[in-house]
Order: sequence, then C-alpha cells, then structure tokens
Amino acid sequence: MSDAVVLARGVGKVFGAGAARVEALTGIDLRIDQGEFISLIGPSGCGKSTLLRLIGDLLQPSTGELIVNGKEPRQARLDRDYGIVFQQATLLDWRTVRANVELPLEIMGVPKDERQARATEMLSLVQLEEFADHHPWQLSGGMQQRVAIARALSFRPALLLMDEPFGALDEMTRELMQQEVLRIWTETETTVVFVTHSIPEAVFLSTRVVVMSPRPGRISQVVDVPLPHPRNVDTRESDDYYRLITEVREALRRGEER
Amino acid sequence: MTEPADRDLDLFEPRETDVFAGFEGDIPGEPGRIETWIRAYGPAAVAFVVVLVLWEALTRAFDVETFLLPKPSEIAQRFVVNFDVIWAAGFRTFFEALGGFVVGGVLAVVMALATVRWSAVREGLLPFAIAANTMPIIALAPIANNWFNVTSPVSKMAVVAVIVFFPVMINTARGLLEVQPEELELLRAAAATPRQILRLVRIPSALPFFFSSLKVASALSIIGAIVAEYFGGPQDVLGQYILNRANLFQFPDAWAAIVVASIIGITFYMVIVVAERLAMPWHVSLRETDTA
Amino acid sequence: MTDASEVVSTASRRSPRVRRVVGFLGVLAAVVVTWELYKVVGEALGGVVPGTELRLRPPPNDRFMPHSWDVVLQLFRPVRRNGELTVLLLGKAAMFTLREALVGFVVGGVIGFGLGVAFVRSTLAERAFMPYVVASQTVPIIAIAPMVVVWGGQLDVPQWLSVALIAAYLTFFPVTINTVRGLRSPAPTAVEMMRSYAATPSQVLWKLQVPSALPYIFTALKVSATASVIGAIVGELPAGFRDGLGRALLEFSQQFNMKKLMAAVLMSALAGILFVAVVTWFEHRLVAGDHRREG
Repeated sequence: MSDAVVLARGVGKVFGAGAARVEALTGIDLRIDQGEFISLIGPSGCGKSTLLRLIGDLLQPSTGELIVNGKEPRQARLDRDYGIVFQQATLLDWRTVRANVELPLEIMGVPKDERQARATEMLSLVQLEEFADHHPWQLSGGMQQRVAIARALSFRPALLLMDEPFGALDEMTRELMQQEVLRIWTETETTVVFVTHSIPEAVFLSTRVVVMSPRPGRISQVVDVPLPHPRNVDTRESDDYYRLITEVREALRRGEER
Repeated sequence: MTEPADRDLDLFEPRETDVFAGFEGDIPGEPGRIETWIRAYGPAAVAFVVVLVLWEALTRAFDVETFLLPKPSEIAQRFVVNFDVIWAAGFRTFFEALGGFVVGGVLAVVMALATVRWSAVREGLLPFAIAANTMPIIALAPIANNWFNVTSPVSKMAVVAVIVFFPVMINTARGLLEVQPEELELLRAAAATPRQILRLVRIPSALPFFFSSLKVASALSIIGAIVAEYFGGPQDVLGQYILNRANLFQFPDAWAAIVVASIIGITFYMVIVVAERLAMPWHVSLRETDTA
Repeated sequence: MTDASEVVSTASRRSPRVRRVVGFLGVLAAVVVTWELYKVVGEALGGVVPGTELRLRPPPNDRFMPHSWDVVLQLFRPVRRNGELTVLLLGKAAMFTLREALVGFVVGGVIGFGLGVAFVRSTLAERAFMPYVVASQTVPIIAIAPMVVVWGGQLDVPQWLSVALIAAYLTFFPVTINTVRGLRSPAPTAVEMMRSYAATPSQVLWKLQVPSALPYIFTALKVSATASVIGAIVGELPAGFRDGLGRALLEFSQQFNMKKLMAAVLMSALAGILFVAVVTWFEHRLVAGDHRREG
C-alpha cells in the first residue's frame, strides 16, 4: 500500500452540463506502484489524457478518490512530486536549452549554483550537453523532446507523466526516443505514466498496459507485459512481443465493441 | 486530444469569454458577430449615455465656462444651428477623402499584383513601402497644396491617395504572396498557368487582407483629408472649419463638426464591412477564432 | 543597367536586411530619376499636356519642383539672411517634435501594458473596461489634435504637454490590444507546464506570458511610434505654436519656398524613420531572433 504512487478509486470526470454534458471518465480504479512504467492506450475520447491530467492536478475529478504519492493531487503538485512532458515540447524560445531546463528550479527558488549543476546533470542524462547554449529552434523535434524530459526530471520528481510525447516525431526517431526513455527510467528509478496511441510503443515501453475505451471513458482491461529488461531491438523482434501486441489490440477491439 | 478545455485552468482564460473576439484585429477578415458586437459595445453605449448626462449635469451645476468645457447640450444646439454648413463641409471633405481613397486603393492593388509578377517590384517597392509607411506622410500636405492649388480638392486627394496607398499595397501584397506552399504545389501539379493560380488561389487568399486594409484606409482617408486641410484649404471644408472655430475658441461649433466627421467615418467604415461580407460570404460564416 | 542588376542580384544572395536596404535605395533612386525626368520632359513640352491647353500639374519648373540636389543643398544654406543653417533649424524643430512624441509614446506604452496585464489577470476588469478602450478609438484624435492643443491652452496646459497627451492617447490603444493578445498567446500546454511546477500567477506572468507578448507589443509600438510623430506634427499646427516640425512646414508653405518646404518634409520623414528605428533597435535587443513577428 505504501508503495503506491498513484491510487485511484471510482474516479470519474464530467465536463459541461445539460445537453453538453460529457462523461469523459467513469469508475476508474487503478493502482500504480513505485518503479512501474504504465501506458494508457485507447481511441480518441477514451479519457486517457484526461486521466493523466487528473493525476497531475491540472483537472479535478468529479467523483471518486485519487491519491498521488500518498497525498491529494493538489498537494502533490504543490510539492512538485511529478514532472510532465507533452506532445509539443513547449520549450521557451527566448531561453537557451540550459535555461529551459533550469526553469522549474527557478520557480522553486533553487539557488543559482545548484540550478546550474542540476541542469548540467540532466543534460548529460539526455546526452545533450553540447547543446546547452543553443536555442530551442536550433534543435530537431527529437532533441527538443529530450530537453523537455530533462526539464521534467530536473527536480527529481517521483512520478513522470508523459502525454503522447513522441506523437509528432517520425518512426525512426520515435524508436530511438523510446529506447532513451527506458534508459532514463532505469537510471532515475522514476515511476512513469505514459499516454500513447501506438500499440507497439505501449508494449515496448511498459510493465503494464492500461487499455481504455470511450463513451464513457473507462478502463476496459489491464495487460501485464512480462518482457525482460533491458529491452532493445531484439525485444522488438521476439515472439512474445508480437503476442502481447496482439493481446492489446484484441483488448482495444473488445473495448470498442461494448 | 479531443477533451474540452477545463475551466480549472484559471490562469488561462478560455477563449469564449474573450470580449476581444468580436473586434477586427490585425488578423484579416476576423468576423464580428452581431451578438458579440452588442455584448461588447452595449455596456459602452450605456455608459456613454451616462457620461453625457453626468457631463451636462456637472457643467450646469458648477456653471463651467463654455470655453473651458462645453456642455453636450451646447454642442447639440450648435450642431442644429450650423447643420447645413457643417454637413456641406462634411461632404466636401468626404469627396476629397473618397477621391484619394479610390486613387490610392486602385494604385495599391495594381502594385500589389505587380509584386506577385515581378520580383524586382517585390524586392524593391515592398521594402520601400514598409519604410515609407513609418514616415509622417501628412507632411506632404503643404507640398500638395502648393502644387495643386490650396483651394482645389485635388490637393487633398493627392495626400489621401499616398496615405491610403502604402498600407493597402503592403497588406494586399502580403495576402497575395503568403499562400500556403501546398496550395501552390497542388495547382502546379494540375499544370495551372500563373494567371489561374492568381485567380484561384492568390486572390481569394488576399481578400481578407485586402478588406482589412480597406477598413483601416477608410478611417485614414477621412482623418487624412481633415488634417491635410489643416495645412490650408478653402473655407468650406471640415478641417478649415474646425481649425477656424478652434482658433476663435468656439469649441461647441468645432465639436459639432467633429461629430459630423465621426458619423461620416463610421458610415464609410460600415460600407466597407458590408462590401466585405458580400465579397467573402464564406469567410465570415466560418467564424474562425484567433489562431495566434 | 547590367551593372545595377548585378549589384542587386549579388546583394539578394546576402542577408534579407541588405536586400531590403538595397531595394529601398533602389526605389529612392528611381523616384529621383523620375522626378528629374519629369522636369526635363515637362519643360520640353512647355509645361502643358501635349495636344491640349491643360497645364501640367505639378508644374515642372524650378519654382514648383526644385531639383533634387537643390533640396539637399538647401539644408546647408541659411534659412534666411543671417539666419542659422536650414539643417540646424529643422534639426532643432525635429528634436522638439520628437521629444513631445517620445514622452507621450512612453507614457501611453506603459499605460497600455499595464491595462493589458490588468485585463488578462481579471476578466471582470476586461469585460468592464475593454469596450471603452475600443470605443476610445472612434474618436479621431489626430483630427482633433489642434483643437485639443488650443483647448489645453485655455486650461493653461503647456502646449508640449497637450501634444504629448495626444501621443499617449494614440499609443495606449494598440499596445493594450496587442499586450492582451500576446499575454494570451502561449499554448495551453505551456500554461499547464507552469501549473505543474506550482508556479505563482506572478511567475507565470513574468516567466511565460510577458516574454511571449513582447513580439506583439513591439509590433504595436512600431505603429504607435509613427502615429505619435504624426500626432505631434499635427498638434503643432494651431496658431501660437512656435516650435516643432508642424510649425516649420506651415511657415515654409506660406512663404511658398519649395526648396525649404521640401527640406522640411525630408527632415520630417527622417524624424519618423529615426523614431521607428530606435524602437526596432530595442526590439532586436529584447526579442530573440526567431521570435520576432513581421510588422
């Protein structure tokens, strides 16, 4: 129990009222333990991004109980227990890469020396030290996302939330980035909640895949991914990998049919 | 991500309550909806009336001298007394403004089309126009007065034409040139001639920019005509009337004339708005929101 | 001809800024050439449209259309017998006008920025006051500038202050509108990101919104700079104003001395360009290269 980073019981989220009422999420029961890599996957409207934002206190649940890192989501946010990465890197153009990574630390009031040291550390973690003094527009999409990840982890949060971070990248870069994320996950021992549209991506990255379905948004099935670590190109070509992809795909289809 | 935005994000106001949404900004062709208009200007209109009433009441109560702050009732009275004179002056001034508007506008469109066809024009005239637009063009008024006879409407039309030319040319050229590369590629793949590209893609794309600049130009032409008249003109034009009355400290008369100028200006603007809706019914009904 | 186009095409391969300057100079040269050509041809035609009795307007003689070099030379001649050099007189007038415009510009800019921030912080304030801000622009302030100055004189307001207030009025509106636009321009995910860091509203304002707004604000400032100069010149027109470019233009016009008048127009143009150039310089300092918007 004490190891649960995220605990959701009967969580629901409703938008709007009357004729415009949308039940984005209903009856979400989920437990995420420390060190896991969880993917949320499902078609549009299944509420996966909404669930991610509920965990991050960017939205508030309409019903149910949600505990993040043993606290109310709001307190977890105020204590900066999580970092978040979006599909658009949202780096600030007017700051250098280094200054971007330092941004959360600035906001937290961390003194300058410590900020710089931490930023350097994170940039070497994502292997972008030489680009520290560049500006975001000088970097490729994949590199920008790496900076965004470095920024999200700069204050060593327990939890990393990722909302389709590789959606805007091409397939080759995507696979490289997936490898990168796994490496970073192992090195930092963070818990990751990862929203994706891609079945192979979900299976490759996760310890568990949470399959969701829409109307109303709910969890239809959770698929365990017992593939061994470290995962690499060989994993992508193994039989178990394909079997699990099929299992997730079937789960998605069943979820839609209901 | 298709989930609707949540109002919990109170740091970032949802766009639907953006009062600004109904106002024409520098994004061309941004449509105004009547309800948004009323919602936006309703409170202002009500407050305007309140201000007028207060203004009248206070100036009466404190018996403020006319030359310090005229009462709205005095302005209204002068408006009625001088009705024929100031409206006649208004039409003469409008004639100058319209003449300059048409000449400047037509030339601007011609030159904008030239920027599409000839890169020399694009590289040369366009930067010049942008730079020239930063200069106080009104300074040309005394020159025009001397060249074309200070009492002739042509002297004012010339200045208005120059004032109108630059913004209309720059914005229309922008609209013609800034076409999505994909649209151009699509047409080239269909072996379209440059003229067809012009007609099918560039001109429709330029229309919002064009009308947006025309709206600005309409206001500029009225103001430009009046200000050009300040540098000298016949007695019976609005600018000279206002200036003379002001120099004689007859402010209510001057204000009455300014009311006429405002009415003419707003009407001119409305005509352009109507013309825009007729020319681009598709665009207005799309009701795009701010894409910044 | 070949030489000129070679120069142009070599320049084109260089930076766009060089291209723009070359283009500008090119057109300027073309204007001067057309001017002199018109004079030569016009004089040859006897000052009338061929085949008619219509007099050419503007008349191509030296009185109405001085040679371009004469206008430049006029700058270095005394304004009147035993007077100071034209360029000095006009320079002082330009400085006077620019000072008024600058004061108003700065005040209007600060007010506009403040209003923009207030409107974004409080929807209530925006809904209450934005309509007035918008409605304020239906008053054609440039057209009533002379009247405002005379009226100000009646209230014992110094003339330069009236003019500065006019400039402020012209500036605050575009700055307010563009500040609001710019402060709201960051992507929703950027705001979510700041929220995830538990940033205070102040931190969000200064670290995210204001830097995002700077390009928009500078676009407005460049437009207002020109408007301020125009407002200042027009405000100097009423009787009794002694200094400034407006007065100089009016006087030279009444003296019917085209050389001096055109010299004054030239200086006015330079004053306008100078003001905008200074604002642009600040823009280059404060706004990252890729971040700038085209006016």
